[in-house]
Amino acid sequence: MYAFEYHRPTSVKEAAGLAGKAEDIKFLAGGHTLLPTMKLRLAGPANLIDLGQIAELRGIERSGDTVTIGAMMKHAEVANSAEVKEAIPALAEMAELIGDPHVRNRGTIGGSIANNDPSADYPAACLALNATIITNQRKIAADDFFQGIFTTALEEGEIITQVSFKVPSQAAYTKFRNPASRYALVGVFVAKHASGVRVAVTGAGSSGVFRVTDMERALSGNFAAEALEGVTVAESEMNSDIHADAAYRAHLVGVMARRAVQAAVARG
Amino acid sequence: MTTVSLTVNGQSVTADVDPRTLLVQFLRDNLRLTGTHVGCDTSQCGACVVHLNGQAVKSCTTLAVQANASVITTIEGISQGGELHPMQAAFREHHGLQCGYCTPGMIMSAIDIVNRKGNTLDEQTIRAELEGNLCRCTGYHNIVKAVAAGAQGMAQTPLQQAAE
Repeated sequence: MYAFEYHRPTSVKEAAGLAGKAEDIKFLAGGHTLLPTMKLRLAGPANLIDLGQIAELRGIERSGDTVTIGAMMKHAEVANSAEVKEAIPALAEMAELIGDPHVRNRGTIGGSIANNDPSADYPAACLALNATIITNQRKIAADDFFQGIFTTALEEGEIITQVSFKVPSQAAYTKFRNPASRYALVGVFVAKHASGVRVAVTGAGSSGVFRVTDMERALSGNFAAEALEGVTVAESEMNSDIHADAAYRAHLVGVMARRAVQAAVARG
Repeated sequence: MTTVSLTVNGQSVTADVDPRTLLVQFLRDNLRLTGTHVGCDTSQCGACVVHLNGQAVKSCTTLAVQANASVITTIEGISQGGELHPMQAAFREHHGLQCGYCTPGMIMSAIDIVNRKGNTLDEQTIRAELEGNLCRCTGYHNIVKAVAAGAQGMAQTPLQQAAE
């Protein structure tokens, strides 16, 4: 790991102030992507701003048809939250599928979303649950936030403070894990809202997380796995690597989407 | 250098560290608590698992400075008065180890599983919960038996849980 200057602010304002002053900064959330990347010297920020001591970045709150989660909430906290389990059980189940128990005790929702790993789970949840990403500067719709692999709408020095999810009437997440890394080879989050159905896919797309509008249209008419028969995603838009080629991923998107709908319907 | 103050196995510790010092390096190199192992060094294998404020974490993927003001328990901190912790005793009884390299992490994870899931654990639960701990000897069969027995043992020794 390259040397860096370490900062431990206790408020978002102080963190943003540090980010504005210091050169070459990175924010440290749970550190379960950033620290391995720094150990490999693929990242070497001069200044590391630890968000771990900022109380205002924590908490989970339900209000009407939204659940709002503080950016520094850990995956295990979301998975075990009574509010999340009651309002959006699919979201709690998704958090329980991230990494392993130790990773879930450190990794955070804000870190996952800011990083936008093409195989991360939270970006799919954000798109399917019509989330709003709240930063210290503005509110960004999930549809506008994820802009490609490891790319988001965040500006330099901008800090995610909360993520607000719309409570669906029915939802489920299904994940086909890479057997070695446990990341999503394909993960599909399906959610039925009053405004229509949203289907979001992670792990598969060559440009990162994406919505499948053909599936959304089919399911908005009939929220049942049968409605997805014959609805496919384009192989040309799928990622292809040593773990799975594009054709396999495209096939898996269909399979996992049908299973997600079945699970959502079964939950009622 | 950054000052870090924390409690390790019940002892208060304050030190000036290079901020890039990993928690596992701090435990092993500064405090000479070498029971916590570095296996893969890439947050996969779990040989480095310690408890941070009562929760199992991978100390190879945590900076020592992130553990400031926290309470850390390592494998050296779980026995009491010369008596093995029930989970350690169960690993010995059931031969839950082969080379032993993964054992400290396995035991720290196992205690965490019991803390979260209770004292009666079926095989499926144990195997799923041990997802973040790898045994390169592939000695999982006896490890799973040891965790189940250790979980029962912890129910009979309530004092041991207070060691956290």
